Amino acid sequence: MTSDLIAVFPEPPPPELARTLDLAGYRWKAFSSADELSKAEIADGWMGAIVCGDADLEAAWAFCRVLRKKDSVVVPLLVLVTGAQLDELTLRDELFDDFCLQPFHPRELEARLRHLFSYTTTAPRAELVDYGELVLNLETYQASVEGRPLDLTYMEYELLKFLVQNPGKVFTREMLLSRVWGYDYYGGARTVDVHIRRLRAKLGEEHANLIQTVRSVGYRFGQSPRWSP
Amino acid sequence: MMDQQRDYVLRTVEERGVRLIRLWFTDVLGSLKSFAISPAELENALEDGMTFDGSSIDGFSRIQESDVLAIPDPNTFVTLPWADAKAPEARIFCDIHDLDGAPFGGDPRQVLRRNLQRAHASGYDFLIAPDIEFFYFAPPEPGQAPRPLDEASFFDLTTTDVTGSLRKETIRTLETLSIPVEYSFHEDAPSQHEIDLRHTDALTMADSVMTFRLVVKEVAAAQGVHATFMPKPLEGVQGSGMHLHLSLSDGEGNAFYSPDDAYNLSPVAKHFMAGLLFHASEITAVTNQTVNSYKRLVPGFEAPVHVSWARNNRSGLIRVPIPKRANPLATRIEYRSPDPACNPYLAFSVILAAGLRGIEQKYELPAEADANLFEMGDDALTKLGIDQLPQSLSDALKVMENSSLVHEALGEHIFEWFLRNKRSEWRGYKTQVTPFELSRYLRSL
Repeated sequence: MTSDLIAVFPEPPPPELARTLDLAGYRWKAFSSADELSKAEIADGWMGAIVCGDADLEAAWAFCRVLRKKDSVVVPLLVLVTGAQLDELTLRDELFDDFCLQPFHPRELEARLRHLFSYTTTAPRAELVDYGELVLNLETYQASVEGRPLDLTYMEYELLKFLVQNPGKVFTREMLLSRVWGYDYYGGARTVDVHIRRLRAKLGEEHANLIQTVRSVGYRFGQSPRWSP
Repeated sequence: MMDQQRDYVLRTVEERGVRLIRLWFTDVLGSLKSFAISPAELENALEDGMTFDGSSIDGFSRIQESDVLAIPDPNTFVTLPWADAKAPEARIFCDIHDLDGAPFGGDPRQVLRRNLQRAHASGYDFLIAPDIEFFYFAPPEPGQAPRPLDEASFFDLTTTDVTGSLRKETIRTLETLSIPVEYSFHEDAPSQHEIDLRHTDALTMADSVMTFRLVVKEVAAAQGVHATFMPKPLEGVQGSGMHLHLSLSDGEGNAFYSPDDAYNLSPVAKHFMAGLLFHASEITAVTNQTVNSYKRLVPGFEAPVHVSWARNNRSGLIRVPIPKRANPLATRIEYRSPDPACNPYLAFSVILAAGLRGIEQKYELPAEADANLFEMGDDALTKLGIDQLPQSLSDALKVMENSSLVHEALGEHIFEWFLRNKRSEWRGYKTQVTPFELSRYLRSL
């Protein structure tokens, strides 16, 4: 089983790359060189890698080679190159799985990553979902805030998971009921209010406002997205 | 869904190192029963249930058919906040089944499930928020009258400190157990307290009431205090009730709300109220199931005596509270006779059945009784066509026994056992010679 971490080159990565990965919910770690990567090798392997070639193409290829030397697991790898660098891809097909042109469109990159990871990995993506101090482990069903485990009932956990996975979006009670409960539940839409109230109590005063009431509409988790293209 | 819930429970037990899982269920009289299993047995229990001998439980099996099956409801899994942090414990409520897998007729939780399913089939979900009253006393000694904390001089802390910290600790524990508290305050009588819970669906609330009674008692006992839900522990002061705020939700929202009515009550709400009033006497043995319950239902102590309804008149059996800022979701009715010593599964079942009967048969709601009923004489009340609730457990049982509504709601098994058990309780009481009789008759007769 591989981790849910993506290796990124270089450190720091281009800001638009970092933002795209964050918004898509990927966990990643950036490295400034191939050496640093080989030293930092994590125990259970990378979920994938994204390598930017625009600044230093040679260093980028070195980075790819380190990943490809690991013969046990093939790490899905995407390179980002400028239009002028397209020729450099020739005869290097073994070093990468897909590429994307710089400057990239965030939605294109997202779609390519989704596609890349969908056929190269069988394990479900991102077992950990986090938002600030709140972390959900989707495999073990455990939620914690500031490292403190939360004692949740199953439906509280499911509701929190849904909200954390969809931050910034406003949901009506009916939407939450159908998406989270998803079956004929004996309680109607007010069930949602009760569960929200419980979640806030369990998150603790400091984090209760992670779940915001949107007057006469419903609820929103976290901040509204601040998207600056 | 079910598989995922099971998986959730199993993983949580593993991740949190839970050592003991307590399987909870409720007997016919409303006592919480529990047996514990180890994590190793949990998967099997969730899948196939745990067999146990039902003949040892009040109102469960007759001897010849004694084995029943407890199947944990994974939706109710929660870790217990009072367990040792080094050896965490969890609880799950169980549904009891016959060995062939059919719902067991003697299980109150199954009875409530059946009644809720019936309502659901007619398009309604039943929501309840109870206001639960109780007393804190010094630990009782045999034969002694209960001593309110105010008079118990051996407490180092002042009364306010003790009960204040007890209430705070109780609420904290309830919140950890996913039971949200709306209000809590000191009641009128000495050492009496009230905690109001926020509404949930009726099944969750019945589980919550069971948990609530345990939490209140446990938290108090940890500080050497005895908490009691006895309906009328002290003569001359108010008793403890469990007022129930009721509403029905349909697919659209609150089925009790109508913007077109002066009280914002929909026709559904009015028929439900009419049903509840019409069948109130029949269901009273279930909502007020002890001899002592009827010492509370007397004039002068804010408990209902007459079968009537009113807006904001606390002497009626049903009160229609004025919702805050005319919030449609807050439109509800308050049924004021039940006491906290009832079996919540059975009480919710018969209340729902009475209300639904009113809706199905389109009962007409009688006129509001807005004068203070406590002040009126029997003749005046009779003129208004207002009946009284049963005056004793014996009266209540007589009405219940002829009620096809209660029979249907509880099912044959519990209906029959309940009547038998409660008649025997009444016979036991009737043979007592009370202090009242001694002081009144011994010298003069």
